[in-house]
Amino acid sequence: MSGVRVLAGTRKGAFILTADGKRDRWEVSGPHFAGWEIYHMKGSPADPDRLYASQSSGWSGQVIQRSDDGGATWEPAGNQFAYQGTPGTHQWYDGTPHPWEFARVWHLEPSLDDPDVVYAGVEDAGLFRSGDGGQSWQELPQLRGHESAPSWQPGAGGMCLHTILLDPVQQGRMFAAISAAGAFRSDDAGQTWRPINRGLQSEGIPDPDAEVGHCVHRLAMHPSRPDVLFMQKHWDVMRSDNAGESWREISGNLPSDFGFPIDVHTHEPDTIYVVPITSDAQHFPPEGKLRVYRSRTGGDDWEPLTTGLPQQHCYVNVLRDAMAVDALDSCGVYFGTTGGQIYASADSGDTWAPVVRDLPAVLSVEVQTLP
Amino acid sequence: MIRVVLPAHLRTLARVEGEVQLDISGPVTQRSVLDALEASYPVLRGTIRGHDSGPRRAFIRFFACEQDLSHDPPDDPLPDAIATGAEPYLVVGAMAGG
Repeated sequence: MSGVRVLAGTRKGAFILTADGKRDRWEVSGPHFAGWEIYHMKGSPADPDRLYASQSSGWSGQVIQRSDDGGATWEPAGNQFAYQGTPGTHQWYDGTPHPWEFARVWHLEPSLDDPDVVYAGVEDAGLFRSGDGGQSWQELPQLRGHESAPSWQPGAGGMCLHTILLDPVQQGRMFAAISAAGAFRSDDAGQTWRPINRGLQSEGIPDPDAEVGHCVHRLAMHPSRPDVLFMQKHWDVMRSDNAGESWREISGNLPSDFGFPIDVHTHEPDTIYVVPITSDAQHFPPEGKLRVYRSRTGGDDWEPLTTGLPQQHCYVNVLRDAMAVDALDSCGVYFGTTGGQIYASADSGDTWAPVVRDLPAVLSVEVQTLP
Repeated sequence: MIRVVLPAHLRTLARVEGEVQLDISGPVTQRSVLDALEASYPVLRGTIRGHDSGPRRAFIRFFACEQDLSHDPPDDPLPDAIATGAEPYLVVGAMAGG
């Protein structure tokens, strides 16, 4: 029977959770890299045994780890992320120019077809690529070199490039999202970029429909239909049907349209998931009820999914990279919380159960579907 | 023989137990000690100071012979007790939460 491997990055190490296709009994290994922040781990679609992990700490900075046996053993890879050329400046919190400074890798996106190729989204916002399995990293500097970059500002969590989507159909097309600059698209493998934020409205910036400056929290795409993008913005859940050329709001009947993650059902391109959070000032679920909301209509019409989730006194958050879906026949949905729980649903979100309850704060969740 | 003590999280990363011992030919300075350390354990590059002998990371400190050498010029000679191996050179993770 096929199974799943859930890769969880936390504030104090990495955990790997495995189960067979029933997804009701779990083996938990970890903490790997105990004591270090694991912002993200992800496996190669081309070789499920090849995993990459972003390991960092306030003391000792960035380390990239690589596994060639599905996480049983790890080897450190390269950790030199040098911005190409003169780094330049972006806007600091007080409005003054601030030099670009590398802080950490937020997101690792392995290539769809080459296990040795992997992209890294970093803070301060930049995009790097490795073609040798993470041993060396080269910036794709044109994104950071966009004419709007000197005006980009950090969000509360830093100025991070947190989302990288690779188009499986149109060769060379990729999407990136930056807090707080917005979404960007390249059609030539990262050689040129342009903002794709038309239709976004953000009341927190001087010009609510500016070309850049939006705090995009997360983008999601279904691989069979890559021109349709979904976005959880700081406020507002959005949809584009033309690869980001324009966006429309699909928040509909959500109790709050603030949140962080958004994901798409593996087999139903119009079924999407979000976790509403009360507000930017109150990073916990409305009414203390942890509810995943599912739309089966590509947005606008949402239903709460609550079975198995705490419906009182719950004040955790779910961060932007902490939701994932598997590819089994009955689509599994997973998310992790800042309270250290990882919840799994083996039935598209209808029912949920905790896999673990007491991990460190969960920063990211990915899942691999194993043969 | 130069003795170097690493903080626990870097011992784990470098897969060493206890002190690290280094042979250094030429002047024994903070730079030459860290260069030798990184040559023996490449995984430590960038975790104590910037790549290519870059600046000390903000929350790393260098102690020796009960002195804080963190702000000393990296090419100053280290005390004889460090050069002879009588005392270890300490790489310390600053007390900074976590």
